[in-house]
Amino acid sequence: MSTNILEMRKITKTFPGVKALEDVELDVIDGEIHAICGENGAGKSTLMKVLSGVYPHGTYTGDIVFKGETVEFHSINDSEDKGIVIIHQELALVPYLSVAENIFLGNERRGSSGLIDWNRTNHEAMKLMAEVGLDENPLTPVSQLGVGKQQLIEIAKALSKEVQLLILDEPTSALNDDDSEHLLGLLRKLQERGIGSIMISHKLNEIEEIADRTTILRDGHTIETIDMAATEEPQERIIKGMVGRELENRYPKRDHKVGEEVLRVENWTVHHPTQPGRIVVDRASFNVKAGEVVGIAGVMGAGRTELAMSVFGRSYGRDITGEIYKRGELIKVRDVAEAISHGLAYATEDRKKYGLNLIQDIRTNISAAGLDKLSSNGWINGNEELKVAEEYRESMNIKTPSVLQTVGNLSGGNQQKVVLSKWIYSDADVMILDEPTRGIDVGAKYEIYTIINRLVAAGKAVIIISSELPELLGTCDRIYTLAFGRMTGEMPVADATQEVLMELMTQEREQEKMTEDKEVLS
Amino acid sequence: MMTGTANIRELVTRNIRTSGIYIAFVLIVAFFAILTNGTLLSATNVTNIVLQYSYILILAIGMVIVIIAGHIDLSVGSVVALTGAVSAVLVIKQGVPWWGGVIAALIVGLLVGAWQGFWVAFVGIPAFITTLAGMLLFRGLTLLVLGNISLSPFPPVYTKIAAGFQNGLLGGQGFDVFTVVIFAIAVAGYAFSAIRGRRNRIAYNQTVEAAPLFVLRLVAVAAVVMWFGYQLSTARGLPNVLILLAFLVIAYTLVTTRSVFGRHVYAIGGNLSAAMLSGVKVRWVNFGIMLNMGFLAGIAGVVYSSRSNGAQPAAGNMFELDAIAACFIGGAAVTGGVGRVTGAIVGGLIMAVMSNGMQLMGIDQSVQSVVKGLVLLLAVAFDVYNKRRAGAR
Repeated sequence: MSTNILEMRKITKTFPGVKALEDVELDVIDGEIHAICGENGAGKSTLMKVLSGVYPHGTYTGDIVFKGETVEFHSINDSEDKGIVIIHQELALVPYLSVAENIFLGNERRGSSGLIDWNRTNHEAMKLMAEVGLDENPLTPVSQLGVGKQQLIEIAKALSKEVQLLILDEPTSALNDDDSEHLLGLLRKLQERGIGSIMISHKLNEIEEIADRTTILRDGHTIETIDMAATEEPQERIIKGMVGRELENRYPKRDHKVGEEVLRVENWTVHHPTQPGRIVVDRASFNVKAGEVVGIAGVMGAGRTELAMSVFGRSYGRDITGEIYKRGELIKVRDVAEAISHGLAYATEDRKKYGLNLIQDIRTNISAAGLDKLSSNGWINGNEELKVAEEYRESMNIKTPSVLQTVGNLSGGNQQKVVLSKWIYSDADVMILDEPTRGIDVGAKYEIYTIINRLVAAGKAVIIISSELPELLGTCDRIYTLAFGRMTGEMPVADATQEVLMELMTQEREQEKMTEDKEVLS
Repeated sequence: MMTGTANIRELVTRNIRTSGIYIAFVLIVAFFAILTNGTLLSATNVTNIVLQYSYILILAIGMVIVIIAGHIDLSVGSVVALTGAVSAVLVIKQGVPWWGGVIAALIVGLLVGAWQGFWVAFVGIPAFITTLAGMLLFRGLTLLVLGNISLSPFPPVYTKIAAGFQNGLLGGQGFDVFTVVIFAIAVAGYAFSAIRGRRNRIAYNQTVEAAPLFVLRLVAVAAVVMWFGYQLSTARGLPNVLILLAFLVIAYTLVTTRSVFGRHVYAIGGNLSAAMLSGVKVRWVNFGIMLNMGFLAGIAGVVYSSRSNGAQPAAGNMFELDAIAACFIGGAAVTGGVGRVTGAIVGGLIMAVMSNGMQLMGIDQSVQSVVKGLVLLLAVAFDVYNKRRAGAR
């Protein structure tokens, strides 16, 4: 009954000096949802690039058998012709074109004259949009829609190409819970129609919920493929397979020694930078003490990042009012340089866009916020800088042959360690960490938590912003909830459960509808 | 864990982007040396190349900083004309002493830089637009200042700036001892700092090239530089402009590699948002970059007016394109964040040797232009290709 739609046999792909994949095997049964798990650098994306023809036939060894025949893809077009469509983590939509135009981009619906038949385009777009559950005008520019809806457009685009096997690379990493649910539901609906998918994901709950089978990769090798329904505690098994050992505890233990209050923010109100009158953060107040980890829980669009960035030297928003107290004294924080001099640090949720200079080396990224300490009269002490970078490479366990390595070549976990090194070196005593473990594999997450523990043990105050509630419950001493720009609750971690937090995070949802735009730093 | 030495292949592949340019330079020099039967490398011609392209190299130093930060400056040709014109009017017409003209030109350059810096940094007009406007604006002001006519000649002392030589200070027969001594000191200084740098890198557990390779590189550089110095010494001695140029190259290499300002320039070009969130005062840095460009354009204006012994309404035409081309040939990235002063200088020298070589061969101006255009295109194509290959992983 169950035949394989896809078989990848003994796939080996080498880059100069690195074996990215070695004899990898992958079977996908017709119509199943197949998850692929692995730490960053395990080879998941490389494998999918081999499958979709990004790495053309001949640059790897091994066979791809699709629907019983051996195929050789020389480009993405070849694989799409066969019905294999890949949706990348970074969506490939043109922001200023309409939904319909994006759906048929490169595949335009033309009339007899060869010109685009707009009526047919928009009509067919509406049909496809209905299929993916997207209730929008097909003429709306894509830039006006949130990430969740953009993801649906990508799927509609795939459907327009008569997809037979859909590949999704971390489709929910940028989505909030509602949008994720919707997307997973859609995958199930497609499955009922006989369209299977391969899904790369780090979210184990999600995988357990939706996948029929899961293949685990580690260091370019296939570890095993497990049948989710027939496996007891599949999440534990996946983690074990990914890291090659058992993690007894996903959150390292620490001693709680909370001291004096370090930072207090009161009545903090922030307006949207380009839409006058729109309040993004509304009279929010919070504080954090030395040696304490405070969580701010909120769904995407609740104003978490906006709150943090506006406190951090007004790097977001306008017409900001409210007070900031450092160790009981009112301070002025008018720009980022002042924020840094007052010992504040903000590690962004989007490392690549806002956190790192990807084309520079590890050394310069680590020293970027602490050059004052390395320089006199405007001249940098290069030797000292190297020494500092080496110290952090060691103490933060940044896995790299040299601190002169370009940061863009590091894995997500190691990049995050560079970001944290930068802020630790800036001598911050209040660290605001925005989604500190986003896009990072399980092993590296553990390391990041260990670093956070080390920071608070040294008397620093840490604020963690996260939409992963288990993470907040596992790492924080105290948790605030933020909904629609307002603080809706505060509780010690002992009183918090996922249900309580979720309820507070979604309060007043029906009153206001806020779009989830993220145009910080306009 | 990584104390060690790198072999040639590793060095070449790792630094193909920066080392490729030096190899290309040597090949081009050899190519034209053969085609011109050695005239290219004759003492007088080597001196000529230095004099003829000095102002482009001076502009390229400022331009590479502008480009690293992700901007561009299209106005430098006009600024060269304007600063030269102001100096000429003061010195030739008003009889101000030569140094008065120089100072006035530098002040005008700084004012121009401040003006453009204001619009780029504080109003947020893209540098492309600001300096495109500046190109027209300052050309117009040049015409106004000169009243639409050329001014010449400068008093002899002024022309010494660009056309003068340090010669005969220590005597010598057939060659100038002073020139050779200066070059020897420069080589010694270079060797000393290279050896010290290497020691430091070893002390900090960084990869260094293998010792024989290092020595070979030192000897090769020393030989080339000393040969160059000897050629100059057998011609007219040490050009004043070369002293100025050497000073600027060293100073700006230090600024870009060792100073906080330089670091901030790279940070802005590499990732503007990350730079802002790391506390870089982006506006002031951008202002400083444009101010500096204006200043260097002022110096180039003095040098050019001194060399051409006057000021013309059309002076400096297309200089901006030569300076920009020098930066890109020298490995600066179109998207910002990458580039080196030494790269821009070598890029400028490649352009200079090509122009000069083709002139010596009597090749038509039109063909010269075609060749230069193709070289620029290929240099950037090479850069893009490299980046794509690096990004393919």
